[in-house]
Amino acid sequence: MRPFTYERAGTPAEAAAAVARQAGAKFIAGGTNLLDLMKLQIETPPHLVDVNALGLDKIEPTPEGGLRIGALVRNTDLAADERVRRDYAVLSRALLAGASSQLRNKATTAGNLLQRTRCPYFYDTDQPCNKRRPGSGCSAIGGYSRQLAVIGTSPACIANYPGDMAVAMRVLDAAVETVRPDGRARTIPIADFHRLPEGTPQIENALQPGELITSVTLPQPAGGTHVYRKVRDRASYAFALVSVAAIVHADGSGRVALGGVAPKPWRSADAEAELPHGARAVTAKLLAGAQPTSENAFKLALAERTLAAVLAQAKA
Amino acid sequence: MLEQTPGGHLPIRRRELLLASASSAVVASAAVEAAPAAGPAAPAAAVPTAQVTFSVNGQSHTLTLDTRTTLLDALREHLHLTGTKKGCDHGQCGACTVIVDGRRINACLTLAVMHPGAQVTTIEGLGTPEHLHPLQAAFVRHDAYQCGYCTPGQICSAAGMLAEVQQGIPSHVTGDLTARPMLSLDELRERMSGNICRCGAYSNIAEAITEVATGGAA
Repeated sequence: MRPFTYERAGTPAEAAAAVARQAGAKFIAGGTNLLDLMKLQIETPPHLVDVNALGLDKIEPTPEGGLRIGALVRNTDLAADERVRRDYAVLSRALLAGASSQLRNKATTAGNLLQRTRCPYFYDTDQPCNKRRPGSGCSAIGGYSRQLAVIGTSPACIANYPGDMAVAMRVLDAAVETVRPDGRARTIPIADFHRLPEGTPQIENALQPGELITSVTLPQPAGGTHVYRKVRDRASYAFALVSVAAIVHADGSGRVALGGVAPKPWRSADAEAELPHGARAVTAKLLAGAQPTSENAFKLALAERTLAAVLAQAKA
Repeated sequence: MLEQTPGGHLPIRRRELLLASASSAVVASAAVEAAPAAGPAAPAAAVPTAQVTFSVNGQSHTLTLDTRTTLLDALREHLHLTGTKKGCDHGQCGACTVIVDGRRINACLTLAVMHPGAQVTTIEGLGTPEHLHPLQAAFVRHDAYQCGYCTPGQICSAAGMLAEVQQGIPSHVTGDLTARPMLSLDELRERMSGNICRCGAYSNIAEAITEVATGGAA
């Protein structure tokens, strides 16, 4: 790990200003992803701003009938919250499908949104990677790509977004609330939060330098049957090959988003409109234009079968 | 009096052996540094430090640390509590599991300076050789280890896990999210998946934990 200076911020605005003040400075909350990357010198921040004392650790009702989840709410506490278990079960299920208990006890809501890809070439500092070293090339294209994205990729990067929580937040139409270094707040719909790689895969989200996530809001409960199904190489404690977050209503309509297949949680309105016609109709639209590699083309069929299983489970 | 082993060697505990080799290594490197031909002495670059006070097993400690020091390294290298083990050092194996403010975490993936005022419990704080924690006694009874390296992490994790079930925290395999979770074997395996045992003592680990969870019925 490279040496760094360290401070604890007292307010969100102070934290944002502190990170904006020094080039390369970063926020640290749970630290479960950032410290891993710092040990490997994939991340080398010269300064860390600890946000754990900001008090953003509450889950509160909103005036609109939804929930406001503080940025520092731990994954365990969010998954275990009674309101989330009752009204937003897809979110509890997604959280519980991720990582281990030890990690969920430490990892935060905001940090989980910001977790970085597990592409093996992003992790291997001896290999070119446009995300880690912009302009150096993509080793995954033509390399070991079994885990990686099949859609939303670019000639610069085929890394996938690894998380589960954000996939559930995508079907729940969550919104990300932030404060910027000048103290102004803004709200970013989850659909616009993560971005596709195009020519700049190192830019993974809509946050500006020093912009701090303060909370995530959920609109009022959507009803329906909530399902999160994750397919992985072992039964626990592994990243998704494919995951499906779904809310299915009695008339067969609903919402669906995929994880593991793209650089961001993958959802589209025209695909969702096909839900009453079954999994094949949905994935044909949702994954139209996919450009898988020979190693990960299996994800297309796997996504369709996983969605079919989800729809069967929702009907049961 | 020390017994002799069949090979005629004096029995020596592994830790004593490690300590002995560590001190000879220190002597050797001190000799090298003293030698004028040993190359230019690199001045130790000043690294940022910070002070933190937290409690470990009920005892308060104030440490001034290189900011990079993980909680795991603070416990092992600064407080000499070597019961907590370093396995992968990347949060994948669970050997470093400790309990901080009532929750089990990976001590390798958190900085010591991030824990002012924290209450840390390590394997040394759960029980003593004279008064074993029920989980420690059950691990002995069920032969729930081979090499023993993952064991402190397994036991701290199991203690944290049983508390989580008590608190009603659900898991990936919990059937009904709105009901109170019960500890089945499937639940136990899922909830302990953050602790790897390369010897593969899992079935005995599960039996030992089950015995404690059910009050000795296993």
